[in-house]
Amino acid sequence: MNSNENTNQLANENTGKISFAVGIAGILLCVVGYLKDPEQFIHSYLVAYMFWVTICLGALFFTLMHHLTGAVWSTVLRHILDAIMSTIPLMAILWIPIGFGIHDLYHWSHASAVAHDALLQAKAPYLNTTFFVVRTLIYFIIWSFLSIKLIKLSRSAVTHADLDRMRKVSAIGTVLFALTFSFAMFDWLMSLDPHWYSTIYGVYLFGGAYLNAFVIIVLIVFLLKKSNILDGIVTEEHYQDLGKFMFGFIVFWAYISASQYFLIWYGNIPEETIWYKHRWVGSWKTVSLTLVFVGFVLPFIILMFRSVKRNLTFLTAISLLIFAAHYLDMFWNVMPGVQHHGAHFSWMDISTFLAISGIVFGFIWRSLVNHPIYPSKDPFIQKSIAFKNF
Amino acid sequence: MNTSDVKIYGAIAEFENPSELLHSAEKMRDAGFKKFECHSPFPIHGMDDAMGLKRSVLGYIVFVFGLLGAAGGFALQTWVHSVAYPLTYAGKPLFSWQAFIIVTFGLMVLAGAISAVMGIFHLSKLPRYWDAIFYSDRFKKFSDDGFFISVESDDPKFNEKGTMDFLESIGGKFVEVIKGA
Repeated sequence: MNSNENTNQLANENTGKISFAVGIAGILLCVVGYLKDPEQFIHSYLVAYMFWVTICLGALFFTLMHHLTGAVWSTVLRHILDAIMSTIPLMAILWIPIGFGIHDLYHWSHASAVAHDALLQAKAPYLNTTFFVVRTLIYFIIWSFLSIKLIKLSRSAVTHADLDRMRKVSAIGTVLFALTFSFAMFDWLMSLDPHWYSTIYGVYLFGGAYLNAFVIIVLIVFLLKKSNILDGIVTEEHYQDLGKFMFGFIVFWAYISASQYFLIWYGNIPEETIWYKHRWVGSWKTVSLTLVFVGFVLPFIILMFRSVKRNLTFLTAISLLIFAAHYLDMFWNVMPGVQHHGAHFSWMDISTFLAISGIVFGFIWRSLVNHPIYPSKDPFIQKSIAFKNF
Repeated sequence: MNTSDVKIYGAIAEFENPSELLHSAEKMRDAGFKKFECHSPFPIHGMDDAMGLKRSVLGYIVFVFGLLGAAGGFALQTWVHSVAYPLTYAGKPLFSWQAFIIVTFGLMVLAGAISAVMGIFHLSKLPRYWDAIFYSDRFKKFSDDGFFISVESDDPKFNEKGTMDFLESIGGKFVEVIKGA
């Protein structure tokens, strides 16, 4: 089956249209939500936005690692990664509401608050609205440059020299990614509580980001396989590797978040522990424990079994579970700052999620439809298809 | 020597190279042999499938011992810190489970790793100083450049003449019976 056939088959599908329709419906609801309660809206929006931007950046990092290590097993998945990464410039546009919501989201942007706060005054050279927006622009310029460059090279790669070129971009890209990702998380999430800091915070969110890049690939492969696309190309051997990576990064995510918690617990300094105190008040305690259970314990035990990793239906089910945990993780990071007495879910959490998911997934799907579904001319493609676990 | 003292332990044949060994193993498996073994100086990818071996149970052994190690590590610290030596550190409660996690994790890894090594030894029936296959002189090449298939005499399909013919028919050289006192 050649790739053009796949493309045509996909074009007949409604997945993309449904996705855009959901997104537009979500946007309309968001407008209603914004008019009713702008503060709730912008916080819900930030949760949904962080959910997707981390996934897209996770896909970018997967691509960087794929090229840097010269991995062969993931060559068949490269164009799916390209499709996910292609939404990074779109994420820059979707950031605009957050830019307008800085005043509602970030305490440090209030001049009156800074005037009475020695700590915020000391941090003002870094935490001020202008520099915040400039930094965000820099992040997106770097990420967009990397993703557009790698997608362009990936779609035309036919020789080993092409692979070398992608590897060179990835070598620089990995360093840039590590720095920009960490600082972006400091800016967008950690500065929600401007007094609090944790140097491992960026790594913690990176764990969730990379983990969910595997999750979304599994979900996309599941949808493609339903239309018999990629049959005999992406096999249970590839599912098992995706499952192994998911297992590994569930542990990584849990390990890093436990490390952050553990050091703060041991040190027992009030300005650090307050962050966890906020997440242990009232129903937040339930949310925190649910996150540990759904994000780590359950998938950890289930993914241990080889048979689960080699079965796409099981793997998809567990992926949806991790997806839910990732949303809860973002919710858990953002919301306790404004909900001091316990977790409170709003209908706007749903509408913002539908809006961003619909639009982003719609564009991912459009990119899948418009381009070959796997790199059939890559020098390693046959090796990648025939890949087997030992 | 009285012939009745000589026991037949099996048959052995030598093969040219790893790929021939692999394909011969497939033929042995398809012919229905169960108790046969392939010998090579280095691991050959795909040999498990070619020989029709089931997946090892080692993973389950490690899982059980890992759990035991974790439970033991947690119990040990709980006992030490809350019962045997109840000292207060940094104003923390005696039962500070957060602080126990690291050692618990460490003991899980330790127990898992030791059980993996011991499990491999047990499943491979090691250590073993002697095996009937050492009666074959040519077998000495196995750790240098020899690729062998050996069949044990208690394989249900084994009969001296038939097995030797079969080994020869699939390309085995220097087919011999393993026998000794």
